[in-house]
Amino acid sequence: MTDEAATLIRIRGLTNRFGPRTVHDNLDLDIQQGEILGVVGGSGTGKSVLLRSIIGLHKPDAGKIQVMTDRLQHHQVVPQTLGLACSYGVLFQQGALLSSLTVQENVALPLIEQAHLRRPEAEHLARLKLAMVGLAPDAATKYPSELSGGMIKRTALARALALDPEVLFLDEPTAGLDPVGAAAFDELLLTLRDALNLTVFLVTHDLDTLYAVCDRVAALAERRVLIADRLPVVAAYDHPWIQAYFHGPRSRSAQHGAQPLESV
Amino acid sequence: MPLASVTDTGAGRVVRQADDVHIQGDWTLLHYAYLKKTIDDVPPIPDAARVDLQALGALDTAGAALLVDLLGSERLQRVAQWAPELSGPRQALLKTVATAMADPLTPPASSRLTVADILAKLGAHMEHVGRQWLALLGFIGLTLDVFGRSVLRPSSWRIAALADQVKQTGLDTIPIIALLTFLVGAVVAFLGATVLGDFGASIYTVDLVAFSFLREFGVVLAAIMLAGRTASAYAAQIGAMKANDEIDAMRVLGLNPVEVLVLPRVLAMMITLPILAFVGMIGGIVGGLLVCLLVLDISVAQFLGILYRDIPVHHFLVGLSKAPLFAFIIAVIGCLEGFKVTGSARSVGEHTTSSVVQSIFVVILLDAVAALFFMEMGW
Repeated sequence: MTDEAATLIRIRGLTNRFGPRTVHDNLDLDIQQGEILGVVGGSGTGKSVLLRSIIGLHKPDAGKIQVMTDRLQHHQVVPQTLGLACSYGVLFQQGALLSSLTVQENVALPLIEQAHLRRPEAEHLARLKLAMVGLAPDAATKYPSELSGGMIKRTALARALALDPEVLFLDEPTAGLDPVGAAAFDELLLTLRDALNLTVFLVTHDLDTLYAVCDRVAALAERRVLIADRLPVVAAYDHPWIQAYFHGPRSRSAQHGAQPLESV
Repeated sequence: MPLASVTDTGAGRVVRQADDVHIQGDWTLLHYAYLKKTIDDVPPIPDAARVDLQALGALDTAGAALLVDLLGSERLQRVAQWAPELSGPRQALLKTVATAMADPLTPPASSRLTVADILAKLGAHMEHVGRQWLALLGFIGLTLDVFGRSVLRPSSWRIAALADQVKQTGLDTIPIIALLTFLVGAVVAFLGATVLGDFGASIYTVDLVAFSFLREFGVVLAAIMLAGRTASAYAAQIGAMKANDEIDAMRVLGLNPVEVLVLPRVLAMMITLPILAFVGMIGGIVGGLLVCLLVLDISVAQFLGILYRDIPVHHFLVGLSKAPLFAFIIAVIGCLEGFKVTGSARSVGEHTTSSVVQSIFVVILLDAVAALFFMEMGW
């Protein structure tokens, strides 16, 4: 399954330490173009740190993260000074909406600042993205402090999608959504991935999402990626945590209940 | 180079041939401004027109949105019927965007501002001010109530928190208060030397400095410094905790936030402000002494002699008696503004500012009332 030719982001020997605690030790991982890669792991195994290392918010203590920029379309036309802002969309675990801006302004901000749209156009597009993630129009003028947890997640997703990025990093996108909303999110993710050829790095605990959308799953434990492969292969891997995770009581219901969603 | 100005040959086009509409080229965010202009120039497309998407290049959600603007939401929701040659994922994208845009995207517009609205706003603001004062009085009562209950139960005293607050508000503020009052003392002495010198009474500069600092400036300057430095810190600390739901967590854990957060802060301020006021008085008098020595040739012994002869100790006590009152009100305002914070970072900022403005205002107001009172009492 690991196809060198399709690798978009290659991580080799990544090491992260916080004081005496080593979170990652010589971690290797490949992210392939066009795939939805699910990342699972127990609490504190450094899933979010891995995500932050890849997008450059956290400077690793050692290791190399190589992005095949020649594969990114935007990079051929966007000046380097913008960095990866146009190629990466990020959804943070807590949403991280700018609290002094309304929902609509949060989504329009990258469109105005990076894509240089005029304000009315940017807000029109922002409202479209909000409608796509399933937010009612009257939520657009609210401030983040007035939103429920699920609405914050949706707004954050709309902001991550604002620039039509090529790589999407999602940190627990379905946590805090009701099951119906989570299923709609899974479907939206598949639609967008197929239509826009997105590459998605998805940190999640949600087994339903794993079964429904992920092409490959990477399991983090013992400070490295134990295995990154298709779900059945990962689920069969012999490691106590993986066995407990994929074969616990909650997993069985997800496995039997969820049919893999049709790629529409 | 702005993104939107990039126009390579692939930018989207709309070509009309008789009843047929051909959509060609790339419909992406990169070309948004150009495409927007293009579709604004295209006359409305009749429902009967045949639309051809075969030459469509790259497509993303921004481009899809423009196509929906151009062709209408309903037509694109049925895209599978009239453009079966389009790949499945593209049909899905167009359908998703078209469905999202089926309902009007604009939120219900707010009505125009009328005279009634302005009056309503004015009234709402007045009511807000009134409520703010009521809330302050209520919070003072609450603090006193909790203090009254807590003082009888030594087990509930939070000595460590109190000591920490005393260090933060008091010890760390001493150098800046000393410097500030020293400089103001020197300025007052210069004023006295200039004005009183015209009457040949420049010796009374000593009395001017001593009176003003013992009765007013020492305590007021210290209070204003604490209002700016500590009330804001209280509001920001408690506000950040409120925004993070920590206050609610405390309540759920059976802790009284007023007892845990407010009492140590209020008491710390009431302990430190009298000390800082004393430091301020000394600072001001030393500043005046230095100016008298250098400009008016009044020796240190002479200065202290005049001080001892002319200034009864009750002036010092009058000044110091205001310190605990100011301290109480500053700390209570700072804490109350912190509790008023509602979630956002902007709200923390607003209430921090408000705490400083309010506490300085109240300090000066109370000082004026106290000056009247002490004058009428002949103290």
